[in-house]
Amino acid sequence: MKIEFVLNDKKQVIQVDPASRLLDILRDDFELTSVKEGCGEGECGACVVLMDDKAVNSCLIPVGNIEGRHIVTMESFRKTERYKVIEESFLEAGSVQCGFCTPGIVMSTESLLRENPKPGDNEIRDALSGNLCRCTGYNMIIKGVKLAATRGKGLW
Amino acid sequence: MVDGFRPADLQEALEFRARHPSIPIAGGTDLMVQKARGFGLKPDFNKPLLFIGHLRKLRQISVRDGNIHIGAGVLLSELIINDKISEALKMAVRQMASPPSRNLATIGGNICNASPAGDTLPYLYAVDAKLILKSVSSERIIHIGKFITDPKQNTLEHDELLTEIIIPNKIFNVSYYKKVGQRKGMSLTKASFQGLADIKNSNVLDIRIAFGSVAPIIVRSREIEASIIGKPVSEINAAVPEILKKYATLIRPIDDARSSAAYRKRVSLRLLEDFLSKLS
Ligand SMILES: Cc1cc2nc3c(=O)[nH]c(=O)nc-3n(C[C@H](O)[C@H](O)[C@H](O)COP(=O)(O)OP(=O)(O)OC[C@H]3O[C@@H](n4cnc5c(N)ncnc54)[C@H](O)[C@@H]3O)c2cc1C
Ligand code: FES
Ligand code: FES
Repeated sequence: MKIEFVLNDKKQVIQVDPASRLLDILRDDFELTSVKEGCGEGECGACVVLMDDKAVNSCLIPVGNIEGRHIVTMESFRKTERYKVIEESFLEAGSVQCGFCTPGIVMSTESLLRENPKPGDNEIRDALSGNLCRCTGYNMIIKGVKLAATRGKGLW
Repeated sequence: MVDGFRPADLQEALEFRARHPSIPIAGGTDLMVQKARGFGLKPDFNKPLLFIGHLRKLRQISVRDGNIHIGAGVLLSELIINDKISEALKMAVRQMASPPSRNLATIGGNICNASPAGDTLPYLYAVDAKLILKSVSSERIIHIGKFITDPKQNTLEHDELLTEIIIPNKIFNVSYYKKVGQRKGMSLTKASFQGLADIKNSNVLDIRIAFGSVAPIIVRSREIEASIIGKPVSEINAAVPEILKKYATLIRPIDDARSSAAYRKRVSLRLLEDFLSKLS
């Protein structure tokens, strides 16, 4: 099937089996390796990307569903001002250890702050409930998100 | 063989459905996992996929004759923020999966997947939701209980699509939904409970009770509900042990990877007890 979509601000037309997972297309065909496969079952959030500004699990998306949609991965999000604030805050709060979960967590954070620029602890916990982290124990991530929300006031 | 089809509108989708054996796919959050073959591999489907998640007609929420009509393709995340949706349904949906998968998953997919652990189902059974099933040449409206026949089984015809869910116009001033799962917001449910009641002047005008995950299909008993309706709350509070006993015979959970039968039964009855004790 022919699929037209926008990937990191660039229009793409691909010929694919529509049952292919968006995750594999991003990693294998576009070499966007910030997108990780943790579980392949929607449980870990390592594969989270933005679709029309909302966090989604790319391992659950058949590419037949991305026609006309805008997909954003870390590779382009990292060029934004908002990313810089998140990065700085995460580093300062100790939100990153091995880093495997980080791209997914950054995407979920961006999706949350777009909807709710001043989230409380519970709202942050809920927004990140689909992202597993084996290293940090989450509290440092919550702290990082809060810091980003405060520092980035007006950006979201 | 065609590998998939993206219809321009519902009409085109139904025409495709009539002509070809196909698998409708909305969000794909159930199908992509059920058909997964492992790391880096595309899922294996034995029939062409019919993509329906983008169809406008399936994405609307409207009020008609006082009833709420929810399009089958409405996302779980959209239900949570729509002001036509009752707080009771929102409560159940907020506990489903996680935000990134709620941005993909649809209510129609949850119904058609027909899992006894489906989190929208106890609510939909409790309110007597009806479903509109359409084909090119027909339309039928059936009660959700007639649609889901067994775990993973529904009565969808090969040429039909679920298009709308109708929630009857009815106010309940007490609503209660709890699910017990492994991890908050994720993994499928071990036991779930939906209670709804309309209490006025300390009398039970209406009550609805539904259990998920504890039998092959959702458990609801109109008979037991009828025995509660019309009575003063004080009488019901005194009869709690008796009501629990009645429901205990209907709850027949299985042992599986998620939980033991005995645990499920105990937890389900405790949720019922908690709900009944909150009536006042
Ligand atoms: C990580 C994870 C966590 C989850 N957590 C929960 C949870 O907590 N609670 C819960 O209840 N579920 C949960 N699920 C299951 C799933 O997300 C839901 O059942 C969801 O609502 C399915 O919707 P979908 O659009 O993605 O379905 P799809 O996968 O697209 O479809 C599911 C089934 O319905 C059929 N179908 C879909 N739409 C139609 C239609 N309009 N007409 C006819 N047939 C149709 C499909 O053919 C398929 O058989 C979880 C899934 C994952 C991966
Ligand atoms: S790889 Fe997609 S959620 Fe784990
Ligand atoms: S930092 Fe290692 S998994 Fe989160």
